[in-house]
Amino acid sequence: MSSTFSFRKLRTSASAQRAFGVAIRLVIAVILITFSIFPILWMISASLNPTGSLATQTLIPKNWGLGNYQELMSSKEFPFWTWLWNSFKISSITSIISLAITTIAAYAFSRFRFKGRVTMLKGILLINVFPGLLALVATFLMISQLGDVVPPLGLNTHAALILVYLGGAMGINIWLMKGFYDTIPHDIDESAMVEGASDWQIFTQLILPLLRPILIVIAILNYINTYGEFVLARVLLKSFDQYTLMVGLQIFVGAQFQQRWGVFAAGALIGALPIMIIYLVLQDQIVGGLTQGAVKG
Amino acid sequence: MTSLVTGDTPKRKTSSFRIAPRILRLVLLLVGDAGVGWLLSKLISLGYLPFATAILIIALLVNFVLIYKRAYPIRWMIIGLVLMAMFTIYPIIFTVWVSFTNYGEAHLVTKEQAISQILKEKYLPTTGKAYGWTAFKSPQGDYALWLIDSEGNGYLAKQGEPLAQPKPGEMGVGPLDSKGIPETIEGYKRLTAIQAATDKNLTEILFGEAGTTIQVRSPTEAAQILPLYVYDATKDAMISQETGIVYSDIRGTFTSPDGTTLKPGFIATINFTNFRDFFTSPALRGPLIRVIIWNFAFAFLSLFLNFSLGLAIAILFNDRFFPLKKLIRSLLIIPYTVPALITILIWRGMLNPELGVINHILKSLFSWAPAWFTDEWWAKVAILIVNLWLSYPYFMLICSGALQSISEDYYGAAQVDGASRWQQFRFITLPLLLVAVGPLLVASFTFNFNNFNLIYLFNAGGPPIAGSPTPAGHTDILISYVYNLAFTASRGINYGFASAITIIIFIIIGAITLFQFRYTRMWEEVSKNV
Repeated sequence: MSSTFSFRKLRTSASAQRAFGVAIRLVIAVILITFSIFPILWMISASLNPTGSLATQTLIPKNWGLGNYQELMSSKEFPFWTWLWNSFKISSITSIISLAITTIAAYAFSRFRFKGRVTMLKGILLINVFPGLLALVATFLMISQLGDVVPPLGLNTHAALILVYLGGAMGINIWLMKGFYDTIPHDIDESAMVEGASDWQIFTQLILPLLRPILIVIAILNYINTYGEFVLARVLLKSFDQYTLMVGLQIFVGAQFQQRWGVFAAGALIGALPIMIIYLVLQDQIVGGLTQGAVKG
Repeated sequence: MTSLVTGDTPKRKTSSFRIAPRILRLVLLLVGDAGVGWLLSKLISLGYLPFATAILIIALLVNFVLIYKRAYPIRWMIIGLVLMAMFTIYPIIFTVWVSFTNYGEAHLVTKEQAISQILKEKYLPTTGKAYGWTAFKSPQGDYALWLIDSEGNGYLAKQGEPLAQPKPGEMGVGPLDSKGIPETIEGYKRLTAIQAATDKNLTEILFGEAGTTIQVRSPTEAAQILPLYVYDATKDAMISQETGIVYSDIRGTFTSPDGTTLKPGFIATINFTNFRDFFTSPALRGPLIRVIIWNFAFAFLSLFLNFSLGLAIAILFNDRFFPLKKLIRSLLIIPYTVPALITILIWRGMLNPELGVINHILKSLFSWAPAWFTDEWWAKVAILIVNLWLSYPYFMLICSGALQSISEDYYGAAQVDGASRWQQFRFITLPLLLVAVGPLLVASFTFNFNNFNLIYLFNAGGPPIAGSPTPAGHTDILISYVYNLAFTASRGINYGFASAITIIIFIIIGAITLFQFRYTRMWEEVSKNV
């Protein structure tokens, strides 16, 4: 009899303990969430603040309104929609071509044996840790020289910027992709090879479909990285209507930081929103993609 | 000999249906080569030789790979390799070359260009061949000179026209007087000696064409202007014709024995001087040592803080049945989802000392608030806070992924052995976790070591270090310091030195990367291909 009683007591105390633990963790979660979303809330509040300057902003705006958004839409001085479109265009093209380059190259690294394979993989990694900032001058000179011969690939063109971004396609993603290919057993391709399939057929019809989810994740991460890049874009793009959103926002802030704060916040919010939505909708897949590399080791 | 391609090659079919793609490939290659040839001819005609060389080398490699059968695996990555060679490797090689030169504000042109610019400088000899002169002036204010050399020959010199030797009647020259000077020149009026001597313009005007330019030297004499310098190729020196001083080439500047220099300087190879300066120059050492210490401190502290918070959160909520788990995670990864440039700028606004919200709150609570941008220590704290906000979600995500991969059995066994929670964490969770996320931690360290965007966008490295000979700030890391040296020219761009520091950063980061692979299984995985 007594044993049942003590058992029940133990259970209630354990569940009480657990409830207490959950409560404490929920409190911690609230504190952390405040830390994590406060800047975003503040940005939203700034974008709704009718006077639009940093000095007059309060967290909960008095007489809030959409004036900053209207100014953003109608401003001739700052072609916001053109910037957004440029960013979308450049990031999409870069991300798709770069994905094609990495998937095909990583397949070769995973499935073929050739001299210099390991050296090449190491080399790719080392080249990509070179601080590219200073190489900017060389890149700039090269693009301006290229533009003298082939104007559509010169300075201030999106094509040139995309080419330079693609120069970085053979980077750490090769390692990531190769890791995924390595997890697919060789038996699959060997049996297909016996039946006379070519390497290309095996690659496109057998292996790629297996990797589709991770390909989407890598394409999205590529897209997000390109979308956020501003140093190269700033050096290579010269005219206002060619800017990407990040360059535009940075120039905007540089010009009138405190006075045009509200308009900046509105623009930044609209610019950040697509990426935030992608992340939040696809978070499970993206987290999977991020952690797979880690967990594999 | 081992074949370049082994393994699955023998099984590959080489039947006739593969001939069509081969022909297509060759046709495409020919078309491509024709394009490259055209590009090369254009580039060479414009004088862009280094770029042309790079393209030539890349094109040859592409041809080799597409024709040579054993290079088959490389064909799969040829586009990526070409783009990498062009837009990543070529700029790197350029940077390495620049690091051995004095390329910078005072040394922007090639030696040939500098010599031809210096040779353009002229002087008016005070002695030597001279002419007697008589001035003529047109109603429009143009001048002409009638010159008589020592043998009595007469010449007509007008502005911008070659020196002529007309007889009376030609070019509007009237009859000569007893001294051999024309009495009239059509369209001009002869000036008397007094008029000429008082005419202020006359000594300024250059007569004749470039190359044989004549200028009035004294009331009685005019003389030809001569090049001031002569280049002596054997001595590699400029010799002044006026003073006889020899300016020899010292590190890309023609310098006289007493130290005066000729402008412009030119790009010259100066071997390891830039690297030596990095380690020895006392003027640079002060700010550089601060920058380096902060660079390492920033990268380590960022990694430690961001990883610790991320790990703590991951452990706290590593519970399948935790209420609202999904919602909490979604809200916590928000900082990671906003493009970094935007959040850094937002933080810059929030931390603004007078107008920012953070200082408003702090002031109302404690009637005191830190000077986030002007105090060197608070600026560093601000950078670390912003970086914590930016990157803890990443560590939270990778740590929770890694935690789930640790088998429950370990903990069961540990509980049986009576291990405390802390011991479980210390001896099971942490080691296994570090093995899993170790490479990502190193990657994050190297990323932060060169986190230019954060430093540059937040405070541009400020507040400035007082009395620094080169522009440097208290929160500058090497890469942002280098950026100032190379691109913001308050005290002279020194691109060569900036490149040398880039190479040094590369060596540090490269060594860390290679070191990491020695102690993880990544290389072995590569070689055995799992």
